[in-house]
This record gives sequence, structure tokens and C-alpha cells, in this order.
Amino acid sequence: MLVLEALRIEQTDFHLSADLTVDTGDRVAVIGPSGAGKSTLLAAIAGFVHPASGRILWEGRDISGLPPGERPVSILFQDQNLFPHLSVSQNVGLGVRPDLRLSAPDRDRVDQALAQTGLEGLGDRLPGTLSGGQQSRVALARALLRDRPVLLLDEPFAALGPALKAEMLDLVATLSSRKRMTVLMVTHDPADARRFAPRTIVVAEGRAHPPADTGAILDTPPPALAAYLGK
Amino acid sequence: MADRAQPVARTLATGGVPAALLLALTLGTLAFVAVRADGFSALGPADWVAVRFTLWQAFLSALLSSLLAIPVARALARRRFPGRGLLIALLGAPFILPVIVAVMGLLAVFGRAGLLNDGLALLGIPPVSIYGLGGVVLAHVFLNLPLAIRLLLQSWLAIPAERFRLAASLGMGPQEVSRFLERPMLRAALPGIFLAIFLVCLTSFAVALTLGGGPRATTVELAIYQAFRFDFDLGRAALLAVIQATLSLTAAIIALRVTVPAAFGAGLDRPIERWDATGGLLKLQDTTAILLAAAFLVMPLAAIVLRGLPALATLPGPVWQAAARSLTVALASMSLTIALALPLAIATARARSGLARGLDSLAMLPLATSPLVLGTGLFLVLRPVADPVALALPVTALANATLALPFALRILLPAAHAAEADFGRLADSLGMSGFARLRLMTLPRLARPLRYSAALAAALSMGDLGVIALFSDPDHATLPLQLYRLMGAYRMSDAAGAAVLLLLLSFTLFWVLDRGGRPDARA
Repeated sequence: MLVLEALRIEQTDFHLSADLTVDTGDRVAVIGPSGAGKSTLLAAIAGFVHPASGRILWEGRDISGLPPGERPVSILFQDQNLFPHLSVSQNVGLGVRPDLRLSAPDRDRVDQALAQTGLEGLGDRLPGTLSGGQQSRVALARALLRDRPVLLLDEPFAALGPALKAEMLDLVATLSSRKRMTVLMVTHDPADARRFAPRTIVVAEGRAHPPADTGAILDTPPPALAAYLGK
Repeated sequence: MADRAQPVARTLATGGVPAALLLALTLGTLAFVAVRADGFSALGPADWVAVRFTLWQAFLSALLSSLLAIPVARALARRRFPGRGLLIALLGAPFILPVIVAVMGLLAVFGRAGLLNDGLALLGIPPVSIYGLGGVVLAHVFLNLPLAIRLLLQSWLAIPAERFRLAASLGMGPQEVSRFLERPMLRAALPGIFLAIFLVCLTSFAVALTLGGGPRATTVELAIYQAFRFDFDLGRAALLAVIQATLSLTAAIIALRVTVPAAFGAGLDRPIERWDATGGLLKLQDTTAILLAAAFLVMPLAAIVLRGLPALATLPGPVWQAAARSLTVALASMSLTIALALPLAIATARARSGLARGLDSLAMLPLATSPLVLGTGLFLVLRPVADPVALALPVTALANATLALPFALRILLPAAHAAEADFGRLADSLGMSGFARLRLMTLPRLARPLRYSAALAAALSMGDLGVIALFSDPDHATLPLQLYRLMGAYRMSDAAGAAVLLLLLSFTLFWVLDRGGRPDARA
């Protein structure tokens, strides 16, 4: 269970409060107007933004004070998810050990992760030589290997075309449910939310609301979201 | 909060040691010098003449370099011709050209037995002398005009191409383009360029040593050397060093306010499309400017290469030994520069808030000192504990590294900032820290600028004739010093050979470090 307990984030000209719980294994969309703080919410969970007050708990343990790398969390950013100077295998291998000193079994796990994400035979390539969809898969393969229970997606597939994006979301859904990962996904697109996430957190007007049923929220949105969705 | 204190501690741990060392080398040596200095009453009229000469020659050199750069940069900005890229690349060379080699080249063209006086003799005109104010300014213009042209060209190319298109669509001719686009740019760019060159010429030593001298053409740096070498009057040398440091510091503070531009920039070989400069007279003017500048810059070097190449094979043993010493010093200085600059750059890029700015400006401290001031300070520090002459080479490497540091940092910092901005969060989220982060993220991202700054540091040290002149005995000469001695003994053929050797070594060293063995197919 991921708990945001009386969390308050303050930046110049911006504040966001959250008091909510996400059940383990849930897939949750985070939706709301631009600038409302969707990315900031994820950055706080990942450890890049320090809340002014409140706590973040995972399975009852306070993780608010941990540095990003030690949190039970993997995050995929909008861009710059891969090191362009490291090969695909090396990028994925960072999910096993951040110093890349990999044993033979470690390397087998890297190959397995590449296979699971449909990247067989591409291990020696540099990210720059891959297509956008393949690059997303590399980042996903690494997240699989890191094996952290929470996966945060800060619109990593935003630059992909609709068909490719749908394909990636289905892949994330398959892999994350196999590992029983809890997934929070920022999105602008209600269709993505319906396709991928049974539950949805609405972020609007300085507040992240507790997750609710995605279909219900999108069919009868609260006023702040309605304006954004154009309903 | 505890987790916010972490980056600060990390910054101090990474940048603290080099920062402390840097402080000791700059402000520490200055303090030593100040304590040891005679009172100001010890200054004679000759010293004030030296101060006036220093300021006057630096002013003239900076003024001439900046003004002469205007027509050349304008011509390069609006013309395309075969060899344009090569010429612009060549303009970067004087920055790593050993000063003493430049002086040899100028002597070959403008000296007593040079091409110019040969030509004048044919016309029956009495020979002109290169020694004194004229020669010092000539050498400074030779060394700094290319820098001025490059900086100005950078500003010219920074005018968006759309502006020229707009000007053309409004029917503006060259006059109007100059008035509305170029003159505002020049007003903004020239003061910074002038000050950058003024600052360099203020600490000029090797040029004054070879082309100046005498009561009427002595810079403060040269006066320090003379008080040191000829009179061994340390109190006076220290006093002069305090004066030199005051001059440099004042100029550096003024320069900081005007923001002196960075000396290097890529992408200068991109010509802009121009519609206003199609007239025949303008073409003639541009062609003349480019040809004159190219001849002025190429002829001295060509002359020295032609004279020196045949002598290369018969160079005496001590020259080769000096060359070996110079290579060692250059490589040591390069390693030290990188050892200081890399942690400072990383710490600055990671630091938040005021601390970063502090480290940043700290690294510019060497600009406010000078080779001879640093040398005097190090001599005074070392003398009670060791024989400074025996330590001549290590001390030279140390001083060269200190003086190369601002350049190295200017090259490394933008790349370090970019690496941190682009990939810092990713590395944090994966838990990459310490040596793994350095090896897997920072070093690969900084590979290109690291090689460039190492090459620059090595080449600058290779050609340096400053600190070594203070300390050295004949058994510890570096190649530039050996060359100076050959010139002093009028062994001009050997000197020309040594100059070519020094030229070859400097440029080869730079090229190998910067480009050589470059697996740069990887992003």
C-alpha cells in the first residue's frame, strides 16, 4: 500500500496537497490540467522533490527521507531515460547494479529482460540507433530488472504515435501485473487512462484527489477536470 | 532537512581539496609576496616608468587588435571562398603557439635582417628596428588579433540570419545593415574583447623579455624578473609582484563586470547568407582585409619553418634534452590541471545555490595573478624548506597548471552542467553514486571537453616561458628557455631549428590529446 499522508509540496507560486492511498498492485492514472502538479507528485514519490510537510509510506514504512536510488520505486521520465553513450545491455544492466559490475547470471537476467520486452539481439546497439518505441522498451526492461514494487510513468510514451503508445501500455500492463507492481501513470489522454488504469487520481486546483474508478470519473468528471477535458 | 544537507557535504568533499589548493596557490602565494615586499618608498622612478609602459603597451595592443579585427571579421562573416574554414581554424592556432616561436617568426620578417628591412634596403630606406614599444605591440597584435577576429566573428554569426533576411526584404543596403545590425553588435562585443586582450598583455613577459627591455620598454613582469635574476633583490621583486597583482586584479574585476567572452567556440565555419554586400568595392575591401590578415599571420610562421627545418637534423644535444624536459613538464601540468578542474567542475555542476557561484568565481582567481607573481611567491615559500632551483621543473608544472585552470574550467563547466541537467535525475533514480557515477555517467559525457582542455593545458605549458626563467639553471632548461638562450647567444640557425621543434611538439601534443585515438563514433 502506498500512502501519501497529509503531504504538502510548496514551490514558488505553486502548492499541492495529497492525502490518499493506492492499493498494492493497482494501476492508477494521474490526470489533470497542465501545471496542476502531476509530474511534481511523481517527483515527490521518487525523491526528487522534498515535501514541505507530510509523509510518504510504502507498506507501512516511511520512505520520505530516502535518496531516490534507495526508494522502492522505478521512474520513467518523459525523456532522457537512457544514457546515449552506453549500449542497450549496459543501460538495462544498470537496473541490476548501478556500478555495472555484472556477473554471468546477472548478464543472463539482462538478456531475459531484453527478450521479455522484444529486444532480442539489440543488446550491443547504442540507444541512438534505435527507434523511439524500442528506446521505451529498453527503459522498461531496466525497470523490470530493478524489481521495485512501484513503477512511476511520467509520460514516457508521449512522443510515440497512437498505435505504438497503445502497444507499450499493453506491454506495461502485462509485465506489471505479472510482477504485481503498483503503477502510477501521468497522462493527458483520457483514452490512455481508460485503456490502462482501472483507477484514476485527479490532480487539480492544488490537490491530488484519492483514486476513484476511472470510467466513472471520466464519464461524470468533477468541474475542474471537466473544464480540462472540454466536457 | 538531513537529505538536503547531503549534496552540500558531497560538494565540499568533491570540490574542497582542489579549491583549497587553488586558494593556497593564488591568494596564499600573494600573501607571502605581500609580507616579504619592501615598502612602497623603495620604488624608484624606473619602476613607475615600467608601470606606465605596462599599461600603455597593453592599451595599444588591445586597441589595435580589436580595431584591426573589425574589417577581417566582417569579411569572414559575409564571404565564402575556398580555404575559409581552414583560415578560421588557423586563427585558433596562436592561442597555443609558443610566444617565443612567434617572436622568432616576427624577427624573421620584421627584424634587422628580416624580409621587411631587406625590402626597404632595396628602396634605399634606412632599416626600422623591431625592438622597443613598436616590437612589443607588434608581437601582441600578432598573438591576439586572431583571438579578436574569432571572438568578433562569433558575435557576427550570433546575429540571427532572419535579421539579415528582414533587412534585405526592407531593401536595406550595406550602410543601413551596418547601422541597424552591425554597429549595435560591435558596441556590445568590443569592450569585452578589448578587456580580454588588455588583461593578457598586462602580464606579458616573454614578449617584453625578447623584444623589450631597457629603461624605456620594461613591463612590470620583466622588472620582477630583473630584480630577481640580476640583483637577487627579493624584497624589490616581491614589491613589484604586489604592483603587478594589483594591476591584474583591478583589470580582472573590471573585466568581470563587462563579461569577457569565452575565447573558444565551435561552428564558426558557417557563413551567413547575405544580400546587402554584393557591391564590387565592398568585395575588394573584404578581399584586401582577408589577404592582409592572412599574410600578416602566416608569413612569420612560414619564415621560421623555412629557416628552421634544415637545422632540425643538426640540433645540439642540450636542445633535445630540453625538449624531453618540456614534454615531461607539459604532461605533468596537464594531469594536474585536469585533477584540479574535473572535481571543481563536477562539484560546481552539482552544487545548488550560492556555493556553486562561489566555486565558480574561485576558479577564475588565477586570472588575477601572473606567472612571475606566482613564481616569486612559490620561490619565497620554498626557499626556507628546499632549494627552489632544484625544484624548478615541478614548480613550473604547478604554476602552469594553476594558470591553465580557468581555461580548462570554462571548457568543462558547460558540459558538466549539461550532463547533470540531462542525466543527473536518471543517475539518482538508479542509485548511481560515487565512482560508478563518475565512470558510467560523468566521464563519458565529458570525454570531448576533457580531451580538449587537457590538450590546451599541455600545449600552453609546453610553450611557456615564464616561471621557468625565474628558477632555472642551465641544467634544467625547458625548450622555450633553451631557445631563448640560443637567441641570446646569436646562434640563429640553431634557434630557428629549436623553434620549429617547439612548434611541432606543441601542435602535435595538442592534436594527439584533442583528436588522437578518438573512438567518437559513440554518441
